[in-house]
Amino acid sequence: MNKNLSWKLVVIVGILLVFVFGVFGIPKEWSGKGLLASIGDRIHLGLDLRGGTHLILQVQVNDAVNVDSDNALARLKEDLRTHKINYADIEKPDAVNHPEMIVVKGVPPDQTSDFKSIISDRLPEYDATSGAENSWTVSMKGSNLAELKNRAVSQAIETIRNRIDQLGVSEPVIQEHGLGQYQILVQLPGVDDPARVKEIMQSTAMLEIKQSLGGPYSSEQAALQANNGVLPPDSVLMAGKSIGSRRETDSGEAWYIISRASAVTGRDLRTAEPSTDENGQPAVRFILTTEGGRKFYSFTSAHVGDSLAVVLDNKVQEVATIKEAIHDTGIINGRFTQQETQDLSMTLRSGALPAGIKYLEERTVGPSLGADSIRSGVQAAIYGMLAVLIFMLIYYRWAGVNADIALILNLVILLGFMGYFGAVLTLPGIAGVILTVGMGVDSNVLIFERIREELRNGKTPPSAVEQGFSHAWITIVDTHVTTIVSAAILFIFGTGPVKGFATTLVFGLLANLFTAVFVSRVIFDWVLSRKQRGEALSI
Amino acid sequence: MEFFRDTSIDFLGKKWYFLTFSLIFSVAGVLSMAFWHGIPLGVDFRGGTLVYVKYAHTPDVAAIHAELDRAGLKNPRVQRYGPVANDEVLIALDIQETSEQALDKGKIQIIQALESQAVPGKQDLNNSSSITIQKDLLEKDPLFLGAGADANPRYTAIGQAIVDYRDKTKSGVLGSIDELKGVADPAVVASLRDNFYVSDFGIRNVEIVGPQVGGQLRRQAILATLYSLGGMLIYLGLRFEWIYGVAAVLTVFHDTLITVGAFSLLNWEISLTVIAAILTLIGYSNNDTIVVFDRIRENVKLLRRDRLADIVNKSINQTLSRTILTAGLTFLTVLALFLFGGEVLHGFSFALVIGILIGTYSSIAIAAPILVAYQEWRGERGKRAIAMPLRPGNGPAQAKEKIKV
Repeated sequence: MNKNLSWKLVVIVGILLVFVFGVFGIPKEWSGKGLLASIGDRIHLGLDLRGGTHLILQVQVNDAVNVDSDNALARLKEDLRTHKINYADIEKPDAVNHPEMIVVKGVPPDQTSDFKSIISDRLPEYDATSGAENSWTVSMKGSNLAELKNRAVSQAIETIRNRIDQLGVSEPVIQEHGLGQYQILVQLPGVDDPARVKEIMQSTAMLEIKQSLGGPYSSEQAALQANNGVLPPDSVLMAGKSIGSRRETDSGEAWYIISRASAVTGRDLRTAEPSTDENGQPAVRFILTTEGGRKFYSFTSAHVGDSLAVVLDNKVQEVATIKEAIHDTGIINGRFTQQETQDLSMTLRSGALPAGIKYLEERTVGPSLGADSIRSGVQAAIYGMLAVLIFMLIYYRWAGVNADIALILNLVILLGFMGYFGAVLTLPGIAGVILTVGMGVDSNVLIFERIREELRNGKTPPSAVEQGFSHAWITIVDTHVTTIVSAAILFIFGTGPVKGFATTLVFGLLANLFTAVFVSRVIFDWVLSRKQRGEALSI
Repeated sequence: MEFFRDTSIDFLGKKWYFLTFSLIFSVAGVLSMAFWHGIPLGVDFRGGTLVYVKYAHTPDVAAIHAELDRAGLKNPRVQRYGPVANDEVLIALDIQETSEQALDKGKIQIIQALESQAVPGKQDLNNSSSITIQKDLLEKDPLFLGAGADANPRYTAIGQAIVDYRDKTKSGVLGSIDELKGVADPAVVASLRDNFYVSDFGIRNVEIVGPQVGGQLRRQAILATLYSLGGMLIYLGLRFEWIYGVAAVLTVFHDTLITVGAFSLLNWEISLTVIAAILTLIGYSNNDTIVVFDRIRENVKLLRRDRLADIVNKSINQTLSRTILTAGLTFLTVLALFLFGGEVLHGFSFALVIGILIGTYSSIAIAAPILVAYQEWRGERGKRAIAMPLRPGNGPAQAKEKIKV
């Protein structure tokens, strides 16, 4: 055997070892079971094979915009009053479609410059444009709006991840999905109960501390009657947590009139922990961030004697009178059990969803179905593979052995790739493996047929092999490149299972370029080197 | 062993037969798409709700349909699914019943409608999540763990074990609560019996796609197919002559049309995985076409005096052995997938079975004749025939260098 050839053999064995390690890692136990277990550790199964839940949800980013513009509106009103600028009306004309827009009507022309400087000083994220009859449209700047929306999405992802981590799901996928549609993809292997997941994700725990302008009332009607049928400006009616035994009102219900703008929100929270209130009842103690503390202090010092409402998920949890300015700690009590204070502090700590979410897609695969799919997929793969291996042996005799070695090596490299890259094997992915076998064998057939042809044309075995490989190589490159192009497009556009298919196909084709051309050639050369000159080739 | 040796079939002479054959299938498919079944889109693209239900006994499709009608669900589709012995049904609801405001409303309604043996005040153990079971146990506390710290994890583990047993060992349906005796403490089983009953079915799989995602996936599928074709056109245009790219893309279009047409004729739904199969067949068919084109390019250099039609015929014959062998072997693997791959891969492998047959046929019967037809048309217009697609110094020459490592 010449030196060049043995050097190539070393390369092949080296690569083989690297990829065998990729498939198996270092098994804990050198038995069939131990090997299977280590394959299971290295090759990750997709949701369709393991069972699990797949959700696509959309963040209602307009919620976040509305929160921001509600607060901007409240601030603007305050500033207009302190600067004694008159106006006829201030409102958000279309909170559904244009949550970023505030319209101020009837600003006197001589106060225009004051008005504009208030906007630029106090609401730097907003622009004011003048309209008909001294009205002004104050809207959030495009870049700020986009940033706010994107922040809502990344915050939602972060929050959902925090919550799901508390569940202890292994290998969850939580990522942005689609382009610019504010969608989030959540994949939870092994969780076949979307109701449970949704329950946890949707426990929004949106904490807001707002001013209470009236209440409690026994019903919505009572609240309206008490205010002559009109709510105070910029306030909403909000239900209290069902208070049953508290009996502050006759009906057992409690309704409050609450300001729209909030003094602080869950975002200003530094931490929250279970505690007890002054009566020894379970309660949640929270500490605000420095910035939140500053906001809270300025609010409470301006409203000493007024009522303060702790609002959790749009339900009034607690109303208390502000006795003095408060810096950065507070207590939420609301007839909690010990367990509830623990849960609530956990959800408060993990952060509030900045906006509501809407579900767009839900798929669950039961674990039994996943197991069935693996069985039938692997079965099909083995049958298909065996049929091909046997056929090659019959049709090409010793050269068939060569092809079979290349094919098996191809599979090992493909699986090794998947182990190294942490790629996910899905059911269509198994189909991709089978297709790789088909395509892999095509390269061998191309080469062998060409070699046979060259032999028929009277070439000697070494030159027929040489010619066969060099002619087939061009075709193999062309066919592989075009298939990899379409697989890559599948990978970019596909999701989940389809992506798994594209992954195995691309890895398989890359492996095939190596095995069908390089490995197979080395085996041929090795066979030829052991033959006498003029001895026939078994093909 | 050798199947084909020195064949010399006049493929180009049979082009009118090929054309007739292709036209019959394409036109039948197009007519079906336009006037009969349309393009039967699966839930991925159309949106809608699919619920796969496993029964403890042979399901009565008509009775299930009646139950769903009684519950007021509009146009539910009920059919047997998978091997008969599995006792599974697939229930499908239109997109009208699937709104994004309450995405899983249809699913919940289906489950409610099927609960014909519901026991008032009790929950269905076959369709309860582990958390429902855990909550119930925590409340009833059959093991007298009190409010201790370990009650929660203990009951969570028991709930999970029960659900695992139901889903993994019993394929999703328990025959009776007593079957749990091997899994849980007798006190737990007794407590469960007080609060739960078992229905005769369990939900195995759910797919709910809202209208927004459906539209998005539809757009993505069309884009992926177009980009795939575009990528091919560009690559072949660079490697060969532009007419080769055009011929290959027309061929692939023909294959796609016939495959989609077959789905329409059979009224089988096109799902996301079927699109993956169609893209694969685009790659495969193109593969075949390139092998023939490569040979034509090679022969054009060798046989400068011959007519292109003869060169093409010769090239097809030279590669025929490889074409048939590869097609046969790939077909074998895909057939294994179709026969043993299970219900989930049925549409996918069906598309590949059709695709490989058509893809192999078309590289001989469509792609090559297009090249010759173009050349003859150019010839009639008195221009020099473009039978010389190879540009010196282009890819192949460098590639040849590479092989001599």
